[in-house]
Amino acid sequence: MSDTRSNFASLSPLSRRSFLQRAALAGLIVTPAGGLLAACAGSSTDNNGATGAASPDNPFGVADNSKVDVIVFNGGLGDEYAKFDQTLFTGKHGKVTVNLSSTQKIKTEQQPRFSTTPADLINNSGADSMALDALINDGALTDLGPLLDAPSWDNKDVKVRDTLLPGTVDDGTFSGKFYVLNYAYTVFGIWYNKALFDKNGWTAPNTFDEFFTLAPKIKAAGVAPFAFAGKYPYYMRWAIMSWIWKSGGRQAVVDIDNLKAGAWKTPEVMAALGATEKLIKDGHALTGSATLSHTESQQAWLDGKAAFLPVGTWLENEMKATIPADFKMTISNFWGVASGDKAANAVFAGSGEGWIVPKKAANAAGGMEFLRGMLSKEGAAKFASLTHSLTSTKGSGDNVTDSTALTSANSLMKAAGELVSFKFPDWYGDLDKGSQNAIGELMAGRMTAAKFADTMQVAADKVAADSSIKKQTRA
Amino acid sequence: MQHGKARFIAGFLALPLALYVWYVVWPFAQSIGYSFTDWGGYSDEQHFIGFANYARLFKDELIGLAFWHNVFFLITVPLITIALALFFAFLLNVGGRGNRAGIRGVWGSGVYKIIFFFPQVLSLVLIAIMWQAIYRGDDQGLLNGLLIKVGLVDQSNPVGFVADPTPFLGVPAVLWWILFIAIWGGVGFYLVLFSAAMQSIPKDIYEAALLDGANRVNSFTRVTLPLLRDTVSIAWVYLGFIALDMYALVFVMTPSQGGPNHASEIFASVINFTAFNSSRSGRYGYACAMGVALGIFTMILAAVQLRITRRERLEF
Repeated sequence: MSDTRSNFASLSPLSRRSFLQRAALAGLIVTPAGGLLAACAGSSTDNNGATGAASPDNPFGVADNSKVDVIVFNGGLGDEYAKFDQTLFTGKHGKVTVNLSSTQKIKTEQQPRFSTTPADLINNSGADSMALDALINDGALTDLGPLLDAPSWDNKDVKVRDTLLPGTVDDGTFSGKFYVLNYAYTVFGIWYNKALFDKNGWTAPNTFDEFFTLAPKIKAAGVAPFAFAGKYPYYMRWAIMSWIWKSGGRQAVVDIDNLKAGAWKTPEVMAALGATEKLIKDGHALTGSATLSHTESQQAWLDGKAAFLPVGTWLENEMKATIPADFKMTISNFWGVASGDKAANAVFAGSGEGWIVPKKAANAAGGMEFLRGMLSKEGAAKFASLTHSLTSTKGSGDNVTDSTALTSANSLMKAAGELVSFKFPDWYGDLDKGSQNAIGELMAGRMTAAKFADTMQVAADKVAADSSIKKQTRA
Repeated sequence: MQHGKARFIAGFLALPLALYVWYVVWPFAQSIGYSFTDWGGYSDEQHFIGFANYARLFKDELIGLAFWHNVFFLITVPLITIALALFFAFLLNVGGRGNRAGIRGVWGSGVYKIIFFFPQVLSLVLIAIMWQAIYRGDDQGLLNGLLIKVGLVDQSNPVGFVADPTPFLGVPAVLWWILFIAIWGGVGFYLVLFSAAMQSIPKDIYEAALLDGANRVNSFTRVTLPLLRDTVSIAWVYLGFIALDMYALVFVMTPSQGGPNHASEIFASVINFTAFNSSRSGRYGYACAMGVALGIFTMILAAVQLRITRRERLEF
């Protein structure tokens, strides 16, 4: 519910939340019927249809004269890119017909057909998408492993797997099998207006130290150094968890996720929290930021009231109606915490916007081949230029010149070390709410870093000691 | 003949009644059933655990906190809303007397009625979103902007409104600011309700009081109020329900839905969190127990309220 970076990234937090609540309510209402449907979908016989001869140009053996049904979600990213992918596909396989249809009602239209005659490739996204865990538990999806190991569209000596950005395979893997290809890629970081920085001769900082040196100059120019969405504290949680990862390395966050005793109170975690506290205590935050919603804080930043703003790459799309003409949206990595940082190059990023091939698809080979085409350099570049979002293919933003946001995200990913990820809010709802409350207090200046660490440790220990809560671990 | 009539009526009522039973009564009954189980909400596994959920309820600190916040609304919302609505209704209907004969409201009362009623036309979520702009916590907020311009508030330290947990009279500021919206939005409806009731009071009673030398205050306390007793009592029960809910305003307006840091937590926000977000197993059963407890509490309040104010009705 809290780690919203996947499919929900393009919705506002309110609609994300209310959608989830409503989905949960709707789920409860239809529970009996849902149970029956699930029961029907239970049996699984592979029915992948007739296949033709496999070759490096046709690794899954898509049969000539077959047809491929593709369903694209026509949401924030539109369906233009899929139409391009269709021409790309038929350019290679002239004798195969592609039936591309776009909709926003993925679940309404696909769930009833899923156990009998589903489409061959479905963009399972948006408010009306099908629950992934249910599909996986019911064995209703095709393992897309062969796609990863197939030769890539552009170069038969390079596997598809090696053309993907880090995290894409992990994000789509459940119980060891790759079921979901997340096509869009979201990068999180700290945004600034390069035009403003160039005009004032400021350099975007890489570390907190550089930020604290620069901040007085920014203030002198009548601009607040830092704005954030205080009303929804999980926006700052992305930043704080990234700072903790950078300071203490992967292990620091893994220990926090695993509810290890004292995980919140290590010197590395305290260094990251201390830097956050200093940011507030020294008065670098935009006045009233602790009360602002995400769009309010983003607009204040666009209005030039603040220099930095932490958020993800959906920012440009979300605010596109009000971006000033001379604005140069630029994303930079979350700042390093101290000189002893264990993972200074870590980047917080991940994939979303899932595509699935049903187990019962009549032409699963065709579905996977279509995906292979989407992941081609040409397909990915078209997606990036149409949507100003990166795809999970490496370098999709290389040739896009009309979006500084996309270009900067693209180059941020090229320099990326390991990927930041944290799980505790998804695993433990109590810690989700607990951490949001504590971050709210920390960012409003009502709580010290030490008290924050105490609060989080007490909350984590309480969950760890509660035998009624099912525990999860990561390595 | 009588028999046929009953069948005729039943024929019309069967469908709505069936819908009501299926969509309203049955879920209520189910919730009561689930409240005795450890059901998590997503699996088909549930065990009967007796009153364990209810026992846990009394030890739950968060529910305790939410309970007192609801009690705060339970006292303030009906009291202030009814007082204001009565006052305005009286002014609009019989308050304007002046030197002319007859009983009438103050000048322009028709326009006032529309203005007062207007918030009732808007959905509660819309009201919450609108007030977000008014309460906004920086100099762009309508109120903060005005206060800063006038010089009452320092630009570097604007009023936090719904993000402010500082206690005022022992109650977090955020609850007072939400209370203000609830009253602003509620007064109009009860004003119209009381106006309608006042108009059904025969004018000759007022004229008799007038001849006996009653002033505005007297005619309000001696004539209007006693004759509105039934309506006020019903309004009190309605407003009691609203005070026990308050979900939309808290959910839309406060930081992390019930914050900052639980300062505006209410029954409904705790139920919502427990049912859908809590990491404990058996969360849904526990949330149902909260809902049932709230339902029982509401019914007791309504029964007590109606019993206390019950009196013989005056026919005119």
